Amino acid sequence: MPDPLFAHGVDLGAVVIVAVKVLVAFGVLLVSVMLAIWFERKVISDMQNRIGPNRAGPYGILQTLADGIKLFFKEDLLPDQADRFVFKLAPYLALLPALLIFTIVPVGGVVTIAHHTVELQVADPAVGILFLLALSSVSVYATMLAGWSSGSKYPLLGSIRASAQMISYEAAMGLTIAMVVIVTHSLSTRTIVDSQAASFFHWNIFRLGILPFPLFAVAVTAELNRPPFDLTEGEQELVGGFHTEYSSLRFALFYLAEFMNTITMSAVMVTLFFGGPDGPGFHFVRWLWPILWFAGKTVVFMYVYVWIRAALPRLRYDQLMELGWKVLIPLSLVWLLVVAAFRVGTVWGLGVFFGGVIVGSALWQAVLVGRARREVLEASRAGRRGANDSYLRAVPEPDGGE
Amino acid sequence: MTHVLAATIPDAITFVMAAAICVVGALGVVLARNPVHSALMLVMTLFGVAVLFVEEDAQFLAAVQVIVYAGAIVVLFLFVIMLLGVDQKEVFQRDPLPAQRPVAIALGILGLVEVLVLARGRWPSGARSVSGAIGSPASNVSLIGRSIFTTYLLAFEVTSALLAVAVVGAVVLARRPRHSVGGNEDSTGPVAEPDDDLGGPDDTEPEGVEETIVGSGTPRGESGDIKTSGSLADVEVTGP
Repeated sequence: MPDPLFAHGVDLGAVVIVAVKVLVAFGVLLVSVMLAIWFERKVISDMQNRIGPNRAGPYGILQTLADGIKLFFKEDLLPDQADRFVFKLAPYLALLPALLIFTIVPVGGVVTIAHHTVELQVADPAVGILFLLALSSVSVYATMLAGWSSGSKYPLLGSIRASAQMISYEAAMGLTIAMVVIVTHSLSTRTIVDSQAASFFHWNIFRLGILPFPLFAVAVTAELNRPPFDLTEGEQELVGGFHTEYSSLRFALFYLAEFMNTITMSAVMVTLFFGGPDGPGFHFVRWLWPILWFAGKTVVFMYVYVWIRAALPRLRYDQLMELGWKVLIPLSLVWLLVVAAFRVGTVWGLGVFFGGVIVGSALWQAVLVGRARREVLEASRAGRRGANDSYLRAVPEPDGGE
Repeated sequence: MTHVLAATIPDAITFVMAAAICVVGALGVVLARNPVHSALMLVMTLFGVAVLFVEEDAQFLAAVQVIVYAGAIVVLFLFVIMLLGVDQKEVFQRDPLPAQRPVAIALGILGLVEVLVLARGRWPSGARSVSGAIGSPASNVSLIGRSIFTTYLLAFEVTSALLAVAVVGAVVLARRPRHSVGGNEDSTGPVAEPDDDLGGPDDTEPEGVEETIVGSGTPRGESGDIKTSGSLADVEVTGP
């Protein structure tokens, strides 16, 4: 479905409208990042029985602005060992996908401005949600190159972790998005939102049977390197992770990108699973309600992110990989089959579902048996080597590659 | 010879820019001294090609190009480059395969000649594709899906079987049988050797434990990553 704005060719009005949309989206995103950082700090301090920022502006709402200005005037360091060009490039690579992903999110309904039908989203490309996947795979580069180009050890470790993590979780994310696409028959975000508009029970979270949403949420959280998946910047192990060597404005850009990504992904979750701007409207200022509904839902997810950050400890690296490869990907793969089978027919759907349950539990049993055998083997080996050794080998060590 | 740039002005501008991006990127891949820079240049070329796909109304292909090539394959290249620490400048004095260069140049010229002969007067113009244009209102995706699962079903299934075999093969190759692990393990670095702990005084023990924590950033299950983190601790400074 092409953008109705260009249905009658491109005239001056259409160009102006597009420019205004871009500027408004950019401005709103920046301001909401400012508010999001303040919101996060305030909520976390509330949960920890602290007051939090309360100096700059009413309730400390301008704290982020003050921090930004402070960062702006800090010394801009460039490490000796750094690869100068890539080091400077990486922060922009982080920011760009964060800004661009938001362009495909429908923030409101369709309105008519000066005889032009305008969809309240910056762009509605035909590939829609694939654009999200493409950009989120680009954002891997920012982390990876930032860590590598710093020319120091901890950033490199952080960026290696980050890229392994992001590649692993991208698969689960893609599979859950595929389920949404299967029920809505379209990649376009506008169509995805429209197809959920009929009633509350047409939201994708219900149509897909609840499960895909948590899968997607976990995958996205890992993709964002948000807690509890923020191993890339685990302070206790890696100093500051991939942006250890960054300071001043470039650090601010990373920070900005991180929060912008959080907002954008909350918005994407709303779009894909919670009907986007869908919600009961009233008969006055009709265009406003969808926007309010969208904003409200997005704030709820922002809150959940903050909540998770306050509540959950960081995962260990092996737990992270295990969760990604052994839980998320198999589950989303099987659920994708179930969703596809339900599209063919209810009987097929139920058949695949129960077949999946039976085969899955059989496999799980096999895994358990295997694990028990391995433990016995390991215990006997440890017994041969002595107690001290067995302590060190509580986690099976890597195969020697060299 | 038909006139070059037979397209409308916006089409022509897009084409020229995307083509320039592709060519500059491709040259950069070959000319950059640093492997990481080469990989980045490759990404640039891939993006240029993606723009060309969009220009030809093949949006799906463009998205897949970015997701698969830029998002997965080159990231894996980079991953390997960083892990192996080959991102220092390569030493070009001793070529391991002396015949490689002349043969590569000869093959490159052969390929170029072939393309020129095949093109014969039909120069790239940046104009919209005529033969491959989508006449029907159906979207890119549904057309591709339909042809993959009807006309090209066999090729598609064979390819997926091939990929599955490759994955299994990789796992088998990377995962040595467990009993040989005991011999290798001590040489991998981060693991404290049993002799150290037995022979050394008590105050060395915390060091050993600490090192194990560093080394335990290894996943238990994933064979691919096991190697990576194991050797990571050995990488001294792999910056540029």
